[in-house]
Amino acid sequence: MTTPLLQIRDLTMRFGGLTAVDKLSFNVERGVIHGLIGPNGAGKTTTFNAISGFYKPTSGDIILRDESIAGLQMHEVAHRGLVRTFQHSTLFAEMTVMENVLVGTHMEFPPSIWNALSRQDAHDRSGAEAKAMEALDFFGLTGFVDTLAGELPHGHQRALGMAVALACRPDIMLLDEPFTGMNPEETKRMMTLMQKLREAGLTLLLVEHDMHAIMGLCDNITCMSFGKLLAEGSPQEIRNHPDVIEAYLGGARHVA
Amino acid sequence: MRKSIIWLVCVAALAALPHLLSFSQQEILVVLVINILLVVSYRLMTLTGEWSLGHVVIMGVGAYTSALLTKNLGMYVPVSMILGSLMAAFVAFLLSFPLFRMKGFYFLIGSFASAEIIRLLWKRFRDPFGGPKGLKLIDGLPDINIGPIHIDFFEPTHYYYFAVIVVAACLWILWRIERSLLGLTFHAVHWQDKLAQASGVDVRRFRTLAFVLASGFAGVSGALLTHYIGTINPNTFDVELMVFVLTWAIVGGTATFYGPILGCVALTVLNEIVLREMGFEQARPLIYGVVMIASILFLPNGLESLVKRGVAAWQGRTGGAGAKEKTP
Repeated sequence: MTTPLLQIRDLTMRFGGLTAVDKLSFNVERGVIHGLIGPNGAGKTTTFNAISGFYKPTSGDIILRDESIAGLQMHEVAHRGLVRTFQHSTLFAEMTVMENVLVGTHMEFPPSIWNALSRQDAHDRSGAEAKAMEALDFFGLTGFVDTLAGELPHGHQRALGMAVALACRPDIMLLDEPFTGMNPEETKRMMTLMQKLREAGLTLLLVEHDMHAIMGLCDNITCMSFGKLLAEGSPQEIRNHPDVIEAYLGGARHVA
Repeated sequence: MRKSIIWLVCVAALAALPHLLSFSQQEILVVLVINILLVVSYRLMTLTGEWSLGHVVIMGVGAYTSALLTKNLGMYVPVSMILGSLMAAFVAFLLSFPLFRMKGFYFLIGSFASAEIIRLLWKRFRDPFGGPKGLKLIDGLPDINIGPIHIDFFEPTHYYYFAVIVVAACLWILWRIERSLLGLTFHAVHWQDKLAQASGVDVRRFRTLAFVLASGFAGVSGALLTHYIGTINPNTFDVELMVFVLTWAIVGGTATFYGPILGCVALTVLNEIVLREMGFEQARPLIYGVVMIASILFLPNGLESLVKRGVAAWQGRTGGAGAKEKTP
């Protein structure tokens, strides 16, 4: 067996006296869809932010392939092939759909003053637009190229957020609650797209509340509660794990 | 074809303009051209979302550097102008280290404070900055004598042509930058710096780049000014001029490239020609303030929004495709 693509080792995140994530360890294998679940306030999003470089971990290590990325800034992490999306519809709302995705091609076509003043810019732009179109095409957004991102319907905005991330050509994509606010139809479509991404060789790590989507989609699931690892395994194992049921439903003895 | 005709008309109008004005108006015109570069370079800085109150002092860095290089080292003026611009960019680069630890309002105050420090250094040190009285008798642009052609740059019209050429070249560069992927990155940093960063954009680096570029062009405008008026002092670059720059940018609007130019031209015409002629000499700052408040209240998107609406209406009348949908 090869080494996991992403290893989280004893990750701890403290804010003042509050320990949001406490010595969390788990691995994300290459080419899988990995779910990170847990009740509200379990520290899922904090974990996410620590992995993607949005927060600097208090202690512990995060290893991408065989390199530590703990404490690197978000753009440095992105350059190493790990790209994240954000909760809600975090987009460049005032820019067009095409321009949004063009920002995603930033790493492949790095802009500079010299490029801007020479013919290189036109060359880069047509290359970047072709790449952006591929990403838009994948999420079925080619009809909205000139629409302002802020004017898209909600489901399309979520898809655009992922298109921007896809245009970065990552090895692993971190999706923060990708199904929030989607209707069942849109959720279903998005699940198909994620499976297509996995087939294309991408690894996905997602935080999600929608249990139906998680169970149907993920290969592996990590369940957290109060900042700690609660359970790990396949959807089937998680579904029947007594600790998970207790964390979500508040324990059988109270119910009885 | 039609485009080149429009360009020719513009060039002809710019060439003819000084000959239609009185001598004092010609002098104002030169300063106006310089101020256009100042306010457009300021807009480049605002593209990344940060508003600085130090831009005018950075312009002064270019002015002082160019003036001192010619006065003390006898440097050829156009070369000193370029070095002045580079110096302004370099000072901005140094300032970026403390300043870009801050954002928004804190950045605004920080930029003001650091600019005041520079300005007070000019006041404090008589050698080489000349203290509160500043520098006098700064060399102008050397005359050009080629056979029968004599160009004396003390003549406002001649300096106007020189300034227009330099400013036009600078505006072209700024325009290219904005339309490029680099400009797109600046916009991205402005609207959602987190998402930009997650896409691999080194936000800090691009903020610094915009700041340094804008400051370099502010330095050019400062150098243009200093070799025209021949005397500068710390108060030439005080916060009053900064407020004017802000007013031009806000009244004109900063969403488009031409917005700040519109604001600068409109307010300069109002200030120098209308109000001066009408004898409102003392009340001019007051009226400037009223204009600014009125434009924020009634024209929050600036003069540029009027142009957009006008263009849309014109296209609607001539049956331009899809023009009707665009009008709000």
